Amino acid sequence: MNIDKHIIRKDSLEKLFDILRQNSKTIYAPVSRNSKVIFRKTDNFAEIAAGCIQTDISSKEIAFPRTERLLDYSRSADGISVKGFDSGDIPEIVLWGVRPCDTVGIGELSAIFNWDYKDGIYNNRLSKVTVLGFSCSKADEYCFCTSVGGNPGNTAGSDILFTRLGDNGDFLAEVLTEKGIAVFALATGFFEKAGEIKKEEFLAEVPVRFNLEVLSNNLEKFFESGQWVDLSLKCLGCGVCAYVCPACACFDIQDEAHGRKGSRFRCWDSCAFSLFTLHTSGHNPRDVQSQRWRQRIMHKFSYMPDRLSVYGCTGCGRCSRACPADMNILESLISIQEANV
Amino acid sequence: MDDLRKRAKELLETSAVKVVIGYEDGSGGKTRTLFAEKPEDAARLIFDSRCVMNLAAYVTKREIKEKGRMAIAATLPVMRSIIQLASEFQVSNDNLLVLGITPESKLLEFTDLSEVEKFVHQYQIEIEARNKEMLEKLEKMTPAGRWKFWTDELSPCIKCYACRAACPMCYCSRCTVDFNQPQWIPVPSHQLGNLEWHFMRAVHLTGRCIDCNACFNACPLAIPLNLLTKKMIEDVKANFGGYQPTLTGEHLMSTYKPDDKENFIQ
Repeated sequence: MNIDKHIIRKDSLEKLFDILRQNSKTIYAPVSRNSKVIFRKTDNFAEIAAGCIQTDISSKEIAFPRTERLLDYSRSADGISVKGFDSGDIPEIVLWGVRPCDTVGIGELSAIFNWDYKDGIYNNRLSKVTVLGFSCSKADEYCFCTSVGGNPGNTAGSDILFTRLGDNGDFLAEVLTEKGIAVFALATGFFEKAGEIKKEEFLAEVPVRFNLEVLSNNLEKFFESGQWVDLSLKCLGCGVCAYVCPACACFDIQDEAHGRKGSRFRCWDSCAFSLFTLHTSGHNPRDVQSQRWRQRIMHKFSYMPDRLSVYGCTGCGRCSRACPADMNILESLISIQEANV
Repeated sequence: MDDLRKRAKELLETSAVKVVIGYEDGSGGKTRTLFAEKPEDAARLIFDSRCVMNLAAYVTKREIKEKGRMAIAATLPVMRSIIQLASEFQVSNDNLLVLGITPESKLLEFTDLSEVEKFVHQYQIEIEARNKEMLEKLEKMTPAGRWKFWTDELSPCIKCYACRAACPMCYCSRCTVDFNQPQWIPVPSHQLGNLEWHFMRAVHLTGRCIDCNACFNACPLAIPLNLLTKKMIEDVKANFGGYQPTLTGEHLMSTYKPDDKENFIQ
């Protein structure tokens, strides 16, 4: 569909927020909590942490919660009864203030959740989300979206993408999808037809840091490299990188039984944990941290493009910002790209 | 910290140690861990007020231990951790040399861990005034208020276990939370799962935590989980006397004494 471009004035943004609320939409937006910014349900426009480069946790939880209750069961004299996931319980959600590196991540997650098996719960959740993306006017040294095919004004994955047009605080609104039109239709009066606008002039500068093609080619020959040890020696083996990542989709299934009743959950999991690949026999094919760091990078930059035709990294830089040991994925990628393999 | 660089270089040149664990400049104005293995690596060592990560978390890691004898640039919290780890038979004079950094940033070299212990015992573990105030505030709350405080604070926990990974005392090769047959702690990061995880961790650290704040610093959500271990430190101090890691292995909470008060049972 053609992109419909409009201008929305600074003051009208709050009115749009209120109209969405009045239309019974549940809004998730970046909200400050302790010293961090996370996506949270909010009814209060003033609470939105506008202008932050990036939320500390990605928006993937909207469709892929850290803990998803898949089913409940109970046993009685009559047998076993199972109550499956009820998609009727999923609310209509508006995701407000998402950065393009997160909206792109939705596509990467969707590729995984629809690879062979079509994941009904994930798809159901996503079908009820309207994504209001906000372009980036600021970036930091951890950002590298342009190195993985993205850009700070990327429309992919947004239903409407807002771009702040300089200091007057007005926004360009690119209405991109049917869901975007539905939001637009609720508040037509606040949008004005846009003239010629050079959006690029208002976007953050994010330099390209490595060549993706060279990186992927090198990775094919890099598997046995001794460099993985040097690249990962300081890794502590926690799951921060995977859990803040907009594209990491690994999960674990856990059952909880309480007497004759119980539930089954899908929980986030991380390839950085030693337990992730531990076999029942006691053998662990990824026995040391360097093998786990290798897996993280190979999966995102080699296996995913091979099998799903998408990369597993959006260049948001969250993993590096959040790492307690200052493991920096960009440094690893650059050094692999520069390696003579 | 020229002294540190010089000493690290010597130790590597003479093969007195195979690796020196210290700090170097990292990304975004942060510092990170340096594993200096060649004499020339020592030039990258730095020490300043940003160097707060507890490097003792690395001395129990297999990949590091396998390199051979280690030296570690150790601030007071790191030295405390090392004494506790030594008392739990995780490190010894054979595999670890401590390059102490005093609170005045002066380099000290210890010939063995008993000297480190002596140095460490000159300083009491004191909880920061701000956190002490917070603990008192929590103490004054009603049980319902405290319950709300903790359920609110712990609700965003994503169970990434960065707190565990950054903690030198969390070196178990298999943590209680990783067991699923039987499952001791609910794995999902729902309310009960999060509460049980953090309470279990605090209890396992009781009498062992040396209050370095590594868990809090590692948390991607800035959850004040260190208040739990701080509370345990205060309780141990109040009920069981002093609070210092010791090489003799007299662990405050896991050594049975016939004259223990056991007031909590009454």
